[in-house]
Amino acid sequence: MTELAPIIPASVKAFDVERVREDFPALHQDVHGKPLVYLDSAATTLKPQSVIDAVDQVYARDCANIHRAVHLLSQRATAHFEEAREKVRAFVNAPKTSEIVFTRGTTEAVNLVAQSWGRGSLRDGDELLVTELEHHSNIVPWQLLCQQTGAKLVVVPMTDRGEVLREAFEQSLSERTRLVAMTHVSNALGTVLPVKELISLAHERGALVLLDGAQAVSHVDVDVKALDCDFYAFSGHKLYGPTGIGVLYGKERLLEEMPPYQGGGDMIRSVTFEETIYNDLPYKFEAGTPHIAGAIGLGAAIDYFSSFDAGLVHAHENAVLRYATEALEELPGLRLIGTAPGKVAALSFLMESAHPHDIGTIVDAEGVAIRTGHHCAQPVMEHFGIAATARASLGMYNSFEDIDALVESLQKVQELFG
Amino acid sequence: MDLRELYQEVILDHGKNPRNHRFPEPSNREGRGYNPLCGDKITLRLQLDGETISDVGFIGQGCAISQAACSTMTEAIKGKTVPEFEALFDKFHSMVTGDEGSEDELDALGKLAVFAGVREFPMRVKCATLGWHTLKQALHDEGGEAKTE
Repeated sequence: MTELAPIIPASVKAFDVERVREDFPALHQDVHGKPLVYLDSAATTLKPQSVIDAVDQVYARDCANIHRAVHLLSQRATAHFEEAREKVRAFVNAPKTSEIVFTRGTTEAVNLVAQSWGRGSLRDGDELLVTELEHHSNIVPWQLLCQQTGAKLVVVPMTDRGEVLREAFEQSLSERTRLVAMTHVSNALGTVLPVKELISLAHERGALVLLDGAQAVSHVDVDVKALDCDFYAFSGHKLYGPTGIGVLYGKERLLEEMPPYQGGGDMIRSVTFEETIYNDLPYKFEAGTPHIAGAIGLGAAIDYFSSFDAGLVHAHENAVLRYATEALEELPGLRLIGTAPGKVAALSFLMESAHPHDIGTIVDAEGVAIRTGHHCAQPVMEHFGIAATARASLGMYNSFEDIDALVESLQKVQELFG
Repeated sequence: MDLRELYQEVILDHGKNPRNHRFPEPSNREGRGYNPLCGDKITLRLQLDGETISDVGFIGQGCAISQAACSTMTEAIKGKTVPEFEALFDKFHSMVTGDEGSEDELDALGKLAVFAGVREFPMRVKCATLGWHTLKQALHDEGGEAKTE
């Protein structure tokens, strides 16, 4: 009698980081004569060959505008573009494909909601809630909206570990809160917010919720239906896809009610000088020729990412993060900034002897790419009374050896600055 | 890439212990410099008597390059006239942005020549020039913040 083999879908690969690294051509280069150690995926992830090929194919073969001509190239381009939209829908588990709007990135998606939803909906004295952890792109669009409408921006404070707690969130909500705009995962600190719980609290008070998912999509499972968020914004380039393409998910009911964000071609059904009838969702929000290759590249990135068991990818990244946290904590004079339990993928730190900018230059000379600065989150820096941190951030291709290289390069910093 | 070319002993020393790290009393000009890329921030004050920079000092925080560049600059220009400062500014700027300077020009920069290594690190040019731009702004009393380039 033979035992039954466990059934694993052929498309799901077990996680083998060495195998994964082979898929990313940018990893296989020397910088300053040293093998590249890429620890800046929170800024942008590297791209697998399949994404590069998909973008290449758009220009090399299916180069046509979409939703327009009857010729074959246009049909192919349109089909691939719309397939990409469906891949995005499935990836975030949105109920309908028409709820997926392509944008230039997370920033444009947030601005779209701020302007299209906000300008018509807010009145003097209404409140918008953000957290202290936000990236500038989830602060400034709301500040602009406040100036335009007389609404007030209210900030949920974070703890010194970089967490947003339920109690603080509840205290910041009021009868006037119309929308909560918060990050799903902090870009500067890696904190994962308890968004499901916070969304239901906001909904109890009648407020809508927009999640900034830029840092979340590659590190935690995203299910917009289960979260019940009203809007979800993310960028392709932090999910192993191209730059210049992003996504806004919005609940159909809300998107239907919102006026167009920009006017132009593709977003109309008919135009006369007296009246213009807008197109259906999602095209109402996609004025002009979109980033066709970007959207198709994002579809390829989702295909690539989904060919792995996401649980295994996250488990690998978390293991590397734990290893890195322990290794960095052992370096004398090093202080971690942001120590929330359950955090993912990013390690912000300071060293007593050297300024982050100097750390960045010295480790770069060793081939190690990290980010230094305020990470477009100056309020986070202000909370800790600092101007900048050094940040090492992870992608699915990072190995334990990458962390060893980081630690060695940080020892060089200590040697030089003593 | 040799980091010692960038982080010379003089730079490390001035980075750790910046000279003239105080405001002169009295002072009649002030400049503020900020590099939004890295958050480096300095406030610089000086006493201008006629055309002569009689005293100068700064308070600020930032990387070793920006602090050392500001510190060595204050040493170099104390007692100099405004045109002398302008001439030094141009020489320093050329040196760190990579225009090949002659030996004579490097000699004219004296101790400041330790920043020649910065030209190999384009991302760090703004660190080295922050103090210089801030001083220029203070002399012209342009108000606002000095920006590098």
